[in-house]
Amino acid sequence: MSATALTLSQVRYVNKAFWRNPTSAFFTFAFPLMFLVIFTALLGNGTVHIGALAVKESTYYVAAMAAFGVITACFNNTAISTTVRRDGGILKRMDGTPLPRAVFFASRILHAMLVALLLVAITTAFGHIAYSAHVPSGATLFRFLVMLLVGSAAFCALGYAITAVIPNADAAAPIVNITILPVLFLSGIFIPFSNSTPEWIQWVARVFPVRHFAVGLQAGYAGTPFHWRDVAVVAVWGIAGLLLSVRFFSWEPRQ
Amino acid sequence: MRRGLASAFVPRLDGDRRERSGAVSVTVEAGSGLHSDAGGSSPAVSVRGLRKAYGPVEAVRGVDLEIPVGQIFALLGPNGAGKTTTVEILEGYRSRDAGEVKVLGCDPGSERSRLRPRIGIVFQSTGVEPYLTVRESVMMYASLYPRCRPVDEVIDVVGLGEKRDERVVHLSGGQQRRLEMAIALVGDPDLLFLDEPTTGFDPAARREAWEVVRSLAGLGKTVVLTTHYMDEAQYLADRVVVIAAGRIVAEGPPSTLGLRDNSGVRIRYRPPSDAVPPPSLGGVANADGFVEVHVDDPVLALHDLTGWAIERDLPLEGLEVIRPSLEDVYMALTSGADGGGKR
Repeated sequence: MSATALTLSQVRYVNKAFWRNPTSAFFTFAFPLMFLVIFTALLGNGTVHIGALAVKESTYYVAAMAAFGVITACFNNTAISTTVRRDGGILKRMDGTPLPRAVFFASRILHAMLVALLLVAITTAFGHIAYSAHVPSGATLFRFLVMLLVGSAAFCALGYAITAVIPNADAAAPIVNITILPVLFLSGIFIPFSNSTPEWIQWVARVFPVRHFAVGLQAGYAGTPFHWRDVAVVAVWGIAGLLLSVRFFSWEPRQ
Repeated sequence: MRRGLASAFVPRLDGDRRERSGAVSVTVEAGSGLHSDAGGSSPAVSVRGLRKAYGPVEAVRGVDLEIPVGQIFALLGPNGAGKTTTVEILEGYRSRDAGEVKVLGCDPGSERSRLRPRIGIVFQSTGVEPYLTVRESVMMYASLYPRCRPVDEVIDVVGLGEKRDERVVHLSGGQQRRLEMAIALVGDPDLLFLDEPTTGFDPAARREAWEVVRSLAGLGKTVVLTTHYMDEAQYLADRVVVIAAGRIVAEGPPSTLGLRDNSGVRIRYRPPSDAVPPPSLGGVANADGFVEVHVDDPVLALHDLTGWAIERDLPLEGLEVIRPSLEDVYMALTSGADGGGKR
């Protein structure tokens, strides 16, 4: 089988296994919607000022929760499920087969991108119906999709990278949360930035990929300016994650 | 389908194999395999002076092995003896500190990618993706190998035919192990590693697994088995190497391992309560009146004993010559080294 055919066949098996665990799949998609409902219920009637633009709070949260959902599905889920499979010896068995490493990662990252695409479609549809949020179209849609696919691949790669510092499956969720939650808060995902947001927080947001990703998606929903620079920052993080994974990834349980 | 397959394995099993285990089998079994392309006369595995330490603990301290193509080879030893370390070095999972290792002509340390397509492994503890079915799992692994065996045939060989559409998560422990054997087999490997394949099985499941392993030999595979069960080695292996504390302490066909000399042979009988046996054959009778003596030469001893009994017209109830079982030999061989591997 060629590398492409093998990658696609791997994606199919990964996808099958994903949907055969319906609870996990359901919550992957329900999670951002739940938060979207909660945040808009709490704060939905206000406006957020982004530069000169006044954006409806509900629209802001459709974009933010789409970003949040993708990050959860790609970063959190990848890190946790990979650690569980590592502890269970599934990765060790994989390592004993002729499956090329590149195909292993490529197929799983590709699957994460597909999940992200579906998740954002659902969130967008929900946002449009419930909060009449704008649906990206035309050139905006193209840029939106580039950001989405680059972002999902990057966060998935970072999910693989972080498994290198997770000692066992029990530690996976706490370590993932302690790394991602502060960054999510410091990137304005849950609470929008305002003029009074401290400078250091804005710097943190500039360094990490979360805000760049969220701002990129936001351009599709809210008509805020789109910068290719945001895509580039996220991509650099993704490549760094991939390089770290290749270097430090462990196929066997750590003792 | 299943029936035809099963009978295809039979010829080589009972005739060939049992006969072979009687002889000292260091010779290469040629032509018995479907894929004896491991280079005609070169062994499947060859190891010289293998050493491996984990920090201050020496797990393997100078092991030499030579495993001919087509042999079922057992590495027997207590927990912590260095079995798994040795096997994982052969599989390419562990680096080695010293020694020469060739597996199917490749160095597993530096040529692992050449080795991977040609070996199958059943690990001591690994998992399979829980949400795929048996058939999907085997198909998935089949797709990773350059040449593979028919998926349904392999599932039948390990006796999971009726479970082929069951999800892995619903299989019993024994069934999961058999699935792992199917996965190890589906890439049509020349060499199979089975690391304690039946640990934790109930007796019936062990029997079933043994039949599977024997049928693998029928396919001409070389099998390297590690176990700490004597009966498993005795039943399956053409040749056994006993390893303790990282060193080889004995090797040979299982049937001869206990017969290396007459040491440990005992004669057991019950003399009439009022009779006094010859001094060299006497002893303190146990509660049931049985006397058990260690003898150097069982032929001479029996002659003396029966001569004595016939002369006096005495019955010798329950007379038997007891050879040390493989288990006794194993216990004797490994007891001195116990705990040496784990500190």
